[in-house]
Amino acid sequence: MDMKLFGPVIHILLALVISPLLMGIINRTKAKFAGRKGQPLLQPYYDIIKLLRKGSVYSTTTTWVFRLGPVAGLSAMIIAILIIPSGGINSLLSFPCDFILMAYILGVARFLTVTAALDTGSPFEGMGASREMQFAILAEVVMFMGVAVLAVGTGKISLSSIYYTLWDSNFTNIAPAVFLVALSFLIVLLTENARIPVDDPNTHLELTMIHEVMVLDHGGVDLALIQYGSCLKLWLFSSLLAGMAIPVRTGIMIVDMGINTVGILLISVFVGIIESGMARLKLLHIPQMLLAAFSVTAAAFLWVLR
Amino acid sequence: MTTWIDIFLLALVLTDFRLLASSRLGAIIQTTVFQAVSLSACMLLMAVRPISIYIIALSIVTFTVKGIILPWLLRRAMREADVQREVRPIIGYSASVLIGVVLLGLSFIIFMPMKETVSGSAFLMPGALFTTLTGLMMIISRKNALTQVAGYLVMENGIYAFGVILAVEEPLLIEMGVLLDVFVAVFVMGITVYQISREFDHIDTDRLSELKD
Repeated sequence: MDMKLFGPVIHILLALVISPLLMGIINRTKAKFAGRKGQPLLQPYYDIIKLLRKGSVYSTTTTWVFRLGPVAGLSAMIIAILIIPSGGINSLLSFPCDFILMAYILGVARFLTVTAALDTGSPFEGMGASREMQFAILAEVVMFMGVAVLAVGTGKISLSSIYYTLWDSNFTNIAPAVFLVALSFLIVLLTENARIPVDDPNTHLELTMIHEVMVLDHGGVDLALIQYGSCLKLWLFSSLLAGMAIPVRTGIMIVDMGINTVGILLISVFVGIIESGMARLKLLHIPQMLLAAFSVTAAAFLWVLR
Repeated sequence: MTTWIDIFLLALVLTDFRLLASSRLGAIIQTTVFQAVSLSACMLLMAVRPISIYIIALSIVTFTVKGIILPWLLRRAMREADVQREVRPIIGYSASVLIGVVLLGLSFIIFMPMKETVSGSAFLMPGALFTTLTGLMMIISRKNALTQVAGYLVMENGIYAFGVILAVEEPLLIEMGVLLDVFVAVFVMGITVYQISREFDHIDTDRLSELKD
């Protein structure tokens, strides 16, 4: 195999294989903090396999829109994974302004999940869909602003080349700005992946759910696809965050990839710690938190513009 | 070395945003402590090597006054006036933060032409101006007298940051003068706030205009 392709392919395989482990790590961390033994690390895999063996039940009120949601959502995630680089290693699909495509593919996935939720006609799902869209719009602004900071700071316009230049040798003049972006990216990660303090993935009350309530009517294979898709989404954001926050580039591909992967796993631990230490914010306060993230990125943007 | 100055300046700017966004007085007072830390750290880092004993002394005095004594005074006033939070600000918190972003942009634009003339971090002048403007925002957009006192303190922090830039040439006396000024002002204001709250059962400056016998 061509050596240039080797790195990206390994990254995608890693993402496809390890991503459910991230959820397991988060749950294990939370269990440790709560003094419990916790479920096995591989529990998300067992769940997905169990669900894949089951059949799906469809309500008679739903149409093809409902069936399209999970499948298209998962494929969108896989396409998005193709675009993101792993630390300094290029992605398979890299071209100028590819981050715009990535953001909108995530948008498409969200749109399809939301329409599938609305298709059931359940008022709870409609409520969850409306909340999901509201917060996603705000998070998207922060994400674009963050990528803009990196693009202006490095002078590159594709994700791969941005991350390639990011922590090159003698690259410290915009380091504080990059850390600020990483900080706001963490908030985007928590928002997009429906984690505490934005959304509680373990909640059992439909009224308080945001993301979880939208997939209540999916079952069996569909639910497995959705769960796997959300694992991939967590991997995607963690990988982007790890590439930003870890200021190490050795230049040796395997080592860089290892560092990035360890970084991604550490981010899961960190998310678990955040979830153990924080309660959910009031719904009205979530836009304020995203606004804070936005102002932090705006400060970083002004920093790199000077 | 410039990286460290940058980091402390960024801390200053971020604390400004926190001041604009928080309603709790305790958080605001705590944030002014952070500002004091980053100001005194900046002062040490900016100074010409070898560092003179005066700079070290000044930085220690800065931290003691702005980071220990004044917050203590404000906390005491807060306890005695029995207020925890700003209930109804004139400009909401989200709007304040957005205005803050605009102000930060403005500060950068204003100092764009001076980029080459000032030595050290290019973030220093805009950061100082932004801190001053933040203090001003806190004074005009909040009703609680204690928040306004804290705003005054923040405004002085900004002016002080300007002083830090010129600490090399500026006589020590002026810095000490500014420091004493703030100290006395906040000291007097803290006592006044307590007296007002005892007299009128509130420290809402909007309602102070309707004084009665």
